Amino acid sequence: MTQTDRITICIAWIIGFACVIFLMLPIVITVLTSFTSSAVYTLPPPEWSLRWYQSLERRSGLWESVQLSLNLALVSTAVSIILGTLAAIAVTRGEFRGKEAIATFTVSPLMMPGLVLGVALLQFFREIGLRDAYWSLLLGHIVITLPFVMRTLLASMSAFDFALIDAARTLGMSYPRAIFSVLIPNLAPAYLTGGLFAFLASMDNYPISIFLTDARNKTLPIKMLQYLEEQPDPSLAAISTGLILLAIVVLVVASRTVGLNRMVDT
Amino acid sequence: MIARTNRIALLAVPGLAFLAVIYALPLLLLLIKSLRGVEGMTIVTYVEFFADSYNMTVLWRTLRIATLTTLLALIIAYPTAFAMARAKGIWLTMFLVALVLPMSLGVIVKAFAWSILFRSNGFLNTTLQTLGITEEPVRMLFTETALIIGAANVFLPFMVLPIYSVVRQLNASLPEAASSLGASPWFRFTRVTLPLSLPGVVAGSAFTFSLAISMYVIPSLIVGERQQTLSMLIARSFLYLRNEPLGSTISAILLAIAIFVVLFSSWLVGRLGARR
Repeated sequence: MTQTDRITICIAWIIGFACVIFLMLPIVITVLTSFTSSAVYTLPPPEWSLRWYQSLERRSGLWESVQLSLNLALVSTAVSIILGTLAAIAVTRGEFRGKEAIATFTVSPLMMPGLVLGVALLQFFREIGLRDAYWSLLLGHIVITLPFVMRTLLASMSAFDFALIDAARTLGMSYPRAIFSVLIPNLAPAYLTGGLFAFLASMDNYPISIFLTDARNKTLPIKMLQYLEEQPDPSLAAISTGLILLAIVVLVVASRTVGLNRMVDT
Repeated sequence: MIARTNRIALLAVPGLAFLAVIYALPLLLLLIKSLRGVEGMTIVTYVEFFADSYNMTVLWRTLRIATLTTLLALIIAYPTAFAMARAKGIWLTMFLVALVLPMSLGVIVKAFAWSILFRSNGFLNTTLQTLGITEEPVRMLFTETALIIGAANVFLPFMVLPIYSVVRQLNASLPEAASSLGASPWFRFTRVTLPLSLPGVVAGSAFTFSLAISMYVIPSLIVGERQQTLSMLIARSFLYLRNEPLGSTISAILLAIAIFVVLFSSWLVGRLGARR
């Protein structure tokens, strides 16, 4: 290793550490401000207090929004996993032209402008006469969650040895049964990470949901932005700290079962 | 065997049918709508859009902000990915947590946290003044620089992860072989390491750029309505102005840029892969 190599590696580490601090900064700020006693955002807080957590109870409609968001995220992720598994098997195992194009197409909603998709869905649902906000939101959220599931499943399935499925079939299992008892348990890490990111993407989605909500069905991000416009006090930071805590719990569970490094494999 | 593999192709039908109806068709209808005038097809809304100097300012601003955000993210992400690839144990965990945890924190919260940081009586200004770097509070909130820093922060994981996954699989013996053959560090980097890591760079940049041209929450919380972006124009024309033809036209333009980025980047990654 030459002198130049050592310097380069050293610089890479310094930038890497700076990057970690930069990434964690918004989280630290949010958690700190949630425990302030002051009604405005001052850092560091003049005194510590839990008043903004207590104030959450008085927020009307907050709990309904949390429930709606959780419901949408769970259902859309579940539907995406079913549709995604079928499509990923077809792309990995099928022999037909345009497989690459299909893979690109199923992952492409990730890179489409969210607001444009929201506008397009709004106009489309209006034209076909779908007026129910829950169903509109659900269909929109499946479009967002499906690419996350597809991306991880496509990557993991291409590394999966399908000879195992053939072996199970030779031993008398039906094809669907072999998929259930051999493929899915083997790909459990991919399901966990793909599903996790899909779930979080749905929970966080603002640009599509804004066009599809009505007065009664408001998802959590929309409710939070509404609070921000009406009354920007640290109660928003308190909600966020709750979400961060939830994310940490999920991450700890996921890293114990899958390992963090496998989670970032795309 | 052939019959079975063909039957397997049918498994893609439910997912594809869903995306065709609830994703591709609505976008296509949006494109058609942007071309539909009072009588027949027209491009008059496009002509009007491009003739308006304000709209052009917004278009250039959006592209400039997205480009600078992507560049800033790339400058931070590239060395970080190399440090990560060498990291082990607790250090690797630290990197992974720093990348995955922020992704699970909503974009509204992150944008809001940055708007707190950038306030003139905010944390950054107080720190700068305590350290004696500046006398007066620096105006940071409502500036493009603040927006680019905030946006790069939010999109950084999407840049680091693709580069990391390529760099990690990079065969360490290749640069070593190059240097044992007498290559200088600079030559080794530009001819061996950089070309091999390019697919990750292209994927990460394309992803970051397409997120940055279409971001809405981050600019509206950090720079506000005074400096509009294409997304803000779209939201305004639909939600406040009720001008759907204009909104559809701007949406179609943004969509065209996004589709171009997707196609161009996958073509580029394909070419880079073929060269190897």
